[in-house]
Amino acid sequence: MKLTELTIHELSEKLKRRELSSRELTGAYLSLIDAVDKKIHAYLTVCGESALKEADAADKRLVSGADVTPLTGIPLAIKDIFCTKGIKTTCASRMLENFIPPYDATVVKKLKDAGAVILGKLNMDEFAMGSSTENSAFFKTLNPWDTTRVPGGSSGGSAAAVAAGECAASIGTDTGGSIRQPASCCGVVGLKPTYGRVSRYGMIAFASSLDQGGPITKDVRDSSVMLNAMAGHDPLDSTSIDAPAEDYTGGLKHGIRGLKIGIPKEYFIEGLDKDVERAIGSAIGVFKNEGCGIVDVSLPHTEYATGVYYLVATAEASSNLARYDGVKYGLRVSSEGLLDMYKLTRDRGFGGEVKRRIMLGTYSLSAGYYEAYYKKASQVRTIIKRDFEEAFKKCDIILTPTSPTPAFKIGEKIADPLTMYLSDIFTISCNLAGIPGISIPCGFTPDNLPVGLQLLGKPLGEATLLKAAYAYEQTTGWHKRRPQL
Amino acid sequence: MSAAMERYEAVIGLEVHAQLLTDSKLFCGCSTRFGASPNTQVCPVCLGMPGVLPALNEKAVLYAIKMALSVDCTVNRKSVFARKNYFYPDLPKGYQISQYDEPLAKEGSLEIDAGEGKKRVGITRVHMEEDAGKLLHGEGPAEEGFSFVDLNRTGVALIEIVSEPDIRTPDEAVAYLKSLRDILVYLEICDGNMQEGSLRCDGNVSIRPFGEAKLGVKAELKNMNSFKFLKDALAYEINRQTELVIGGKRVIQETRLFDPATGATRPMRTKEAAHDYRYFPEPDLLPLVVTEEEVEDLRKTLPELPARKKERFEKEYSISPYDSGVLVSSKRLADFYEQTVKRFNEPKTVANWVMGDFLRLLNENSKDVSESPVTPGKLAKLLSMIKEGAISGKIAKEVFEEMFKTGKDADAIVKGGGLTQISDEGELAGIVEGVIGKNPSEVEKYRAGKTNLLGFFVGEVMKLTKGRANPQLVSELIKKRLG
Repeated sequence: MKLTELTIHELSEKLKRRELSSRELTGAYLSLIDAVDKKIHAYLTVCGESALKEADAADKRLVSGADVTPLTGIPLAIKDIFCTKGIKTTCASRMLENFIPPYDATVVKKLKDAGAVILGKLNMDEFAMGSSTENSAFFKTLNPWDTTRVPGGSSGGSAAAVAAGECAASIGTDTGGSIRQPASCCGVVGLKPTYGRVSRYGMIAFASSLDQGGPITKDVRDSSVMLNAMAGHDPLDSTSIDAPAEDYTGGLKHGIRGLKIGIPKEYFIEGLDKDVERAIGSAIGVFKNEGCGIVDVSLPHTEYATGVYYLVATAEASSNLARYDGVKYGLRVSSEGLLDMYKLTRDRGFGGEVKRRIMLGTYSLSAGYYEAYYKKASQVRTIIKRDFEEAFKKCDIILTPTSPTPAFKIGEKIADPLTMYLSDIFTISCNLAGIPGISIPCGFTPDNLPVGLQLLGKPLGEATLLKAAYAYEQTTGWHKRRPQL
Repeated sequence: MSAAMERYEAVIGLEVHAQLLTDSKLFCGCSTRFGASPNTQVCPVCLGMPGVLPALNEKAVLYAIKMALSVDCTVNRKSVFARKNYFYPDLPKGYQISQYDEPLAKEGSLEIDAGEGKKRVGITRVHMEEDAGKLLHGEGPAEEGFSFVDLNRTGVALIEIVSEPDIRTPDEAVAYLKSLRDILVYLEICDGNMQEGSLRCDGNVSIRPFGEAKLGVKAELKNMNSFKFLKDALAYEINRQTELVIGGKRVIQETRLFDPATGATRPMRTKEAAHDYRYFPEPDLLPLVVTEEEVEDLRKTLPELPARKKERFEKEYSISPYDSGVLVSSKRLADFYEQTVKRFNEPKTVANWVMGDFLRLLNENSKDVSESPVTPGKLAKLLSMIKEGAISGKIAKEVFEEMFKTGKDADAIVKGGGLTQISDEGELAGIVEGVIGKNPSEVEKYRAGKTNLLGFFVGEVMKLTKGRANPQLVSELIKKRLG
């Protein structure tokens, strides 16, 4: 097996035993990126030089044996939405094409402090707005399983890079499914933690009350290793939860016998792909065989989730993206007057989908519309949250498909935003409720496209979620399949 | 004022912004010091860089609550920060973090006295928000047509105090603003400096016939940033609106800017062009929750406020309302006064010294009471020395100057400088003898009945003793010698 196909926990053992140096490993990844990335275009920026320096520093740490963490010497890649000190951070937008932050996002800092090596920055939908990575201002990322298809989005680069072995693991962000849906499309594991479990500081905001960073990994154990490093309270993020971080790795093998798994009938709808439905059906069977109780639950307000999401998320986005005005940093298109500078800068700097969402959000916050749109949506959001609270009285975990279809063709949905928005129909409610969710591989279509299974947990229930996902993964082994590139 | 104009009354409400004296900004750790080079007191957070988040300054919250309690507001158990969205180069995020429909505190009042008896002005609300930066417009051939942005002030903590439309005259408005400023300064939460913009005032003005309950169409006035500007702007605006109405025209709702150069207000923007700020709850901050206990603990720390202190001084020390007003004009001065009275219990004498020489020397040296080299203990000692006759009142003034200059005790200065009063009869008698011997013609005249020459002889003795002679004793000795 090639080095680049190994998981973090396998690599970490080799590094600790000094069978392998971080420099060798980092070199292997850089060579693979060189060979493979022209086929899938996951990376926006590769930082070979600084990565090798970080690898050397990690090797010193590994040799001394002091302060070695499970991530020391492990090459990772970062969605280009996380600010990285001294490394260009574009959010896949012309607006920030040449923006170099003078600070690290808290999550990036934590990973660096743990001794991880940063290979580079990954492609995404511009400002995380999209479900296919086709909205990147620079280029499209292709699905490693079928390069005529999208990798999902918005963290498409993060999922594709992990699937193609271009990094040991990556981090992404999830506002309405942007970690889980691409993980599902690319046959990898994507975790969106509880809102507030991972600091948002330095993560470029799309919709502040929904955004959450999380890991994309090759297996569930790696997901827990990454979460261990990423989670925790951050005084720089007032919305981060002030609860002690747990050891998410320790509980993986605790067993799931007796765990109650809820199946929400609202998620098994018309238009659910037959192959997806079949794969999910078998997954339910697996949990039953493992001794879990399967219970029917209802999330009665699911049908309103997409509407609520596109009001709340766009409203917040319209405000969050106001700072890109050409005055301080990023793109400036000069003009005679101030107003013209604003208009030209924002016209050239933002892509079509970003403009569409800014307009939607501006509209729903406007005087005379606020009550009917933003406020009403916030109220329905509370009701959706309550749906989950009710459902979790009957079960420990909720099981659903991650996405209604496997990865779709490039260009298939890009002309029709509404159809595109429906790719997130199963992932959005989780963000509105602020609960954790994970997508894990649960089978393949006859065309050899991966299918994802979504598990949703109670607030701060990541440990239970990871335990269930781990048990499933150990029984099935879908996660071991890799695309041929 | 014409008879027609006298039929109208003005309805005025003020919005006062006060910069809080916290060392760091409202949502980041940057310094708030005034006057630093442009853009040197900034960080990614107050620059609104991508991905950054606000973290609330707890001290600013405490300050804001103190103010709210001092104007009898109810502090809301839960208040919510909101985003006020608009584009301007001095606003890096494209929105200001403020409070909107759930402010920190509401429903208070403030007692004012504009010279026609006491009156209460309702306080609608007190809320917290961050300041914006400053635009500097280029001058000279190289910079003309350019604007520069200084973001040092961006993110500095402000409180906004909004009054009910209870104010009726420019004088009342000034009295209201003065009272607010006194309180802010007493609480030591704002320096009250209107010139540097630490305290700013906008207002809403309308007019209506006396007896009418309905409000007229209002104009919003900006840039009334001194007591004089406030008075002038309101007077101008009331006059303008009244003339319009008397002339059969309508007042339109608009924002008007006061121009101190012309003393007039001029239109800035009309209601149609008004911003739609698209307020919504700030998702990056949790609602601000304040417990009953926290509020009550803060209430206990509130100092005696100026109005109450003034009344107490009048009663307790039997001084005039004027003296009392001067003494309580600053908390430190009032404290200095009381500390001195505690050590030298002649309140009127102490008041005269504090209001006279002490304030004069502070002003001449541009010093604050806290920087005074003379402490209440030292002043009290000086006053005791006068009372005991150790020095004359005249010498005391010189000693006081010296004390102010050097920080030394009166005692030391008097001894070191040989300034003690000469009350020794023998010593003085010799000097008197000399003066009489040198001025035979004056002696002649005195004896002939021109007794008002006594002052001349005393003066000569004082000259020779450099003012150290006990004047009463000298005068007695001369009378005895020539009598």
